[in-house]
Amino acid sequence: MTTLAPTATALPPVVEPADSLSVDEVRRYSRHLIIPDVGMSGQKRLKNARVLCIGAGGLGSPALMYLAAAGVGTLGILEFDTVDESNLQRQIIHGQSDVGRSKAESARDSIREINPYVNVVVHDERLASSNALRVLAGYDLIVDGTDNFATRYLVNDAGVLLGKPYVWGSIYRFEGQASVFWAEHGPCYRCLYPDPPPPGMVPSCAEGGVLGVLCASIGSIQVTEAIKLLTGIGQPLVGTLVVYDALALEYRRLKVRKDPNCAVCGDRPTVTELIDYELFCGAISTEAADAARDSTISVVQLDQWLTERERGERDFVLIDVREPGEYEIVAIPGSVLIPKGRFLDGTALGELPTDRQVVLYCKGGVRSAEALAVVKGAGYADAVHVGGGVVAWVTQIEPDKPTD
Amino acid sequence: MSVTVRIPTILRTYADGASELTVDPATQTVAGVIDALDAKAPGIGARILDDGGSLRRFVHVYIDDEDVRFLSGLDTATPERTVVSVVPAVAGG
Repeated sequence: MTTLAPTATALPPVVEPADSLSVDEVRRYSRHLIIPDVGMSGQKRLKNARVLCIGAGGLGSPALMYLAAAGVGTLGILEFDTVDESNLQRQIIHGQSDVGRSKAESARDSIREINPYVNVVVHDERLASSNALRVLAGYDLIVDGTDNFATRYLVNDAGVLLGKPYVWGSIYRFEGQASVFWAEHGPCYRCLYPDPPPPGMVPSCAEGGVLGVLCASIGSIQVTEAIKLLTGIGQPLVGTLVVYDALALEYRRLKVRKDPNCAVCGDRPTVTELIDYELFCGAISTEAADAARDSTISVVQLDQWLTERERGERDFVLIDVREPGEYEIVAIPGSVLIPKGRFLDGTALGELPTDRQVVLYCKGGVRSAEALAVVKGAGYADAVHVGGGVVAWVTQIEPDKPTD
Repeated sequence: MSVTVRIPTILRTYADGASELTVDPATQTVAGVIDALDAKAPGIGARILDDGGSLRRFVHVYIDDEDVRFLSGLDTATPERTVVSVVPAVAGG
C-alpha cells in the first residue's frame, strides 16, 4: 500500500474563539500556546468547543481524557452502562474502585481530576432515535466510541441531519479504522458502508476480544482529528479511511468517496429523518429468531436436565458454540466446544450425534440461535438452545464463576 | 502474474490466520483475484460477495488506495504486483 499525500484540504475551524483565557489557563496550556499553529486563538477555540463523546468505554476512555486535558471547554458523556471488571483492561478512564458505578459518573470524576476547567455534561441515557437529535444539537462535534452498528448508523444519520462533523473510530483485536464523516465537506458513514452486515456475521469485541492499547491508538487519532477540526489546523481525515494494523504496526490510508446515491447525504436522500436502527441492523437474523422460537430453554431447565442426565434419566449433548479462548475462561460443566463458525460452514454437522438431542449455548444466546438455525435445518428437529447463555448460567446457577 | 491480498482480522480465520496471501488469478481482474483467493482460503469469497456474486455492501475491496466501486467494480484490472485490500465494516469500540 502506497502512502499518499493527504488529498483533503484544511477546513475552516468549527468553533469561534472564546473571549479570553485566565492566567491559570495560560499556565496550564502553555505547551499548546507556544505551538504557532495552535497559539492563543486555537486554545480559545478549544475552550469554546462543545464535544459529545458517545460511549465512555474502550475508545471513549482515552478520547475523553485527552480532550479534557487539551482544554475542550464542554465535554458531553453519553453512556448508560456501569463499570465491569472486564472493562478495566482497556477503559482507562475507570479504576478498580469504580466497578459497579455508572460509567458516565466515573468518567466525569476522572475528567474533573484531569482538568477542573472542563464543564462536563452527563447524559446517562441510551442513544435512540427519540433523543439523538435533541442531544447532538447541543454540540459542535461528535466523537463516536460506541460498540455496535445500530448506534453508529444512528449517530451518522443524526450528524448528517444536523450538519455536525462525526469523528469515527472502530476496533477489533489488533486492527482499527478511523475517519471523519462530515456530509457538508465529504462523505458520511453510509457512503463508506451503505448497509450494515447481517447480525452475527461480524463479531463484536465482546465475542472476539480487543487488545486494550488498541483503544489508545485509535482513540488518539480521533482526538487529534477533533482538535484539528475545532481549531481549523492541518488536513482532517475527511474522505480518508485510516486502517491501522497493530501487528504489522502499519497505517494505511484509503480514499472514501461521497456517494451521490447515499441514502442520507446523496442527491436524492431516502432517509430524511431518523429510522428504527435496531430493525435496520437486525439484532438477530430472521432464521435464528425462527429457529429459537419454541426451542429455547432456560438455564434453570438446563440445570435440571444436567441432573437428569447424570441420573441416566435423560440423554443429550451440550455444545458450547463460543471460541476456545472464551471456553477456557468459563464453561457450563458437561459441555463440549464446537465454535459457531463450524456450524455456519457445515463442518460441525458431521460431529453431531444422531441418537441424542442437541443443546447449544453461547455467551448470551445470539450465536447459539444462529447455530440452532443450521442444526434444525440439518434435520435435528428437537434441538434447543439456552436463553441468556453462559452469562445467565453464571448469574443464576454458579455465581462464583467468572463471566468472560 | 501474482497479486497480494491483504486479509482483515475478521476474515483471517479462513486463511489460517494469514494477514496477507499471494494469489495467481486466472483472469487479472478483481473477480479473478477473489476466485483465486477463495481457492486458497475456502469460504472467504462468500464473505466478500453475496449470493448473486456482487460485492457485499459492508465490505470494500481496494486496489492500492482506490475503492473498486469507483473504478470498474469486479471487472477492475489487477496488474502484476497490485495490492488488493479487503476492508470490512467493524463496529467494536
